[in-house]
Amino acid sequence: MSLKKIHDNQPDKFEFTKANLELADKILKKYPSDQKKSAVMPLLYLAQNQNENWIPLAAMKYIGKLLSMPYINVYEIATFYSMYNLAPVGKYFIQVCTTSPCALRGSNKLVDICKEKISNNQNELSQNKLCSWTEVECLGACINAPMMQVNEDYYEDLDETNTKKILNSFLEDKPLKPGSYRNRKNSAPEKNQILTNGHKNA
Amino acid sequence: MLKEENKIFKNLYNEQGWELENALKRDDWLDTKKIIEKGRDWIINEIKASELRGRGGAGFSTGLKWSFAPKKVGSRPHYLVINADESEPGTCKDRDILRFEPQKLIEGCLIASYAVNAKVCYVYIRGEYIKEGKRLQEAIDEAYSKNLIGKNACNSGWDLDIYIHYGAGAYICGEETALLESLEGNRGQPRLKPPFPALVGLYGCPTIVNNVETIAVVPTILRRGAKWFASMGRPKNTGTKIFCISGNVNAPCNVEEEMGIPLKELIEKHAGGVIGGWKNLQAVIPGGSSMPMVPKDICETLRMDFDSLVEVKSGLGTAGVVVINKDEDIVKCMARIARFYKHESCGQCTPCREGAGWMWRILERTAKGEATHKDIDLLSDVTKQIEGHTICAFGEGSAWPVQGLLRHFRKEIDKRCFSEPTIKKKRKIPYLIDQHKLESKDA
Repeated sequence: MSLKKIHDNQPDKFEFTKANLELADKILKKYPSDQKKSAVMPLLYLAQNQNENWIPLAAMKYIGKLLSMPYINVYEIATFYSMYNLAPVGKYFIQVCTTSPCALRGSNKLVDICKEKISNNQNELSQNKLCSWTEVECLGACINAPMMQVNEDYYEDLDETNTKKILNSFLEDKPLKPGSYRNRKNSAPEKNQILTNGHKNA
Repeated sequence: MLKEENKIFKNLYNEQGWELENALKRDDWLDTKKIIEKGRDWIINEIKASELRGRGGAGFSTGLKWSFAPKKVGSRPHYLVINADESEPGTCKDRDILRFEPQKLIEGCLIASYAVNAKVCYVYIRGEYIKEGKRLQEAIDEAYSKNLIGKNACNSGWDLDIYIHYGAGAYICGEETALLESLEGNRGQPRLKPPFPALVGLYGCPTIVNNVETIAVVPTILRRGAKWFASMGRPKNTGTKIFCISGNVNAPCNVEEEMGIPLKELIEKHAGGVIGGWKNLQAVIPGGSSMPMVPKDICETLRMDFDSLVEVKSGLGTAGVVVINKDEDIVKCMARIARFYKHESCGQCTPCREGAGWMWRILERTAKGEATHKDIDLLSDVTKQIEGHTICAFGEGSAWPVQGLLRHFRKEIDKRCFSEPTIKKKRKIPYLIDQHKLESKDA
């Protein structure tokens, strides 16, 4: 369960764009016709994508009507799952994995760099309003630890220098490419790599 | 070491390309029609004979699970649900299957759906794997366009539709009934079992829930024969498995190996050894963070399969091996894992919701050296109160690792508990003196 706060300034109205309404129709076809409720999670994603990566209350009411389910049930879903943002996040939303396998490879240093470059606190916009960051639990790329997710992309095998470069690129609105930053092929082992005690990653 | 020809996932690192044309070169979709024509009973019996055990953590016999589905479709349709909600810390095998071997999964879906009478299959992918989901969708579209799935899939006469459903960052949705709740559009909170999903599952219909890796190995087993699969590994722990080796090793990697491979060989041969050498090893979490850690002396001879690990009071789980060397503070490590469970508890059962927080707070105190011996006893008690008193296995998953720590590292923890009340330590002091005041001076 994640603790989440809804945003103070809520828009009055929300409606899907025409393109998104068509997408919503497609999504509804995935589920049996009497089980519309199943579409609530994909539709919340759709609303989040349409509304600059966060979900206003108006969108929840709208989705509730669309799926003929009570508003409170939509609200319940939106607050239960951690990936629904209920308050604005940066254009580049940086999620640093800090669970054990990443922590063993030095993810705390990534967190420090985020604090220094973006904002002191999690879920706070950077000065130029482009980025925000948060700590998250395991992102399922433990082999490529430490890593972070920025919007849809995974940035893997990071160290301090790379992380600084990557964060700078977001702050300048010229994002660097995602993927491994140690030139490794996906999750294959690196040959001849011997790290000594003093040379941990990151 | 596993021979190259016996590997099931030949494209684990994407050296050959994931697209359908490349997958066909690796014998995916070869004679799928013939396999299906052999019939349901043959498929289920062959999988039973191969002794394939679920790769998602619990290690339940896959053939047996399939046989629980009603033999005939009644008034309610059957469903197949693929669990791709891979969130166990230390595990990232399903991600590579989704990215680089999607056709194996899709073919497995077709065969499994046929075996359990399902015409619709949902793949529940964790929300963070957006790219992986898109990749799978591309692969599904490719398969549709070649009529490998869809109406009359592979000319077998069976219809199958595969849909992707994204999760949204809840670890608990990896539990099968929570996953079904989530798929139905509810909060992901596990259901009481029985009834088991095989009888009452998605929308109240018979549903078989399987892990990605389990389903992805099925086509190869049926093509090469149950005997071939059972000839690898050890009795009751047969076949191959993708191991994910992360943490303090020189070359973290995913690797497919035979079941029952010695842990030492796995770490030294494939993952480049422990950072600082084998002698620098402190402990290993053998199967994702829910499994109790094993200390170095056990690691020396440990074999990586379900039963060997149960013997040392741990488990194979998802085979996410997290290596911790002596440079790390073991209590801090465990405190971080406890924080994970505190964060991810779904909040349905009190022992788990409250207990996970208790364990985290006590471990944090211990890591700082602020805990008393009594606290540690309390911690041990809390784990016992959680274990077995919750609806799903999350309770065990959060309590067992702490029990593992207490079992193997109690001495280290005791050394840190400085703040023992003076009353206990200085028994010879006359009781009339206010003993607590002494504490600040020279305790």
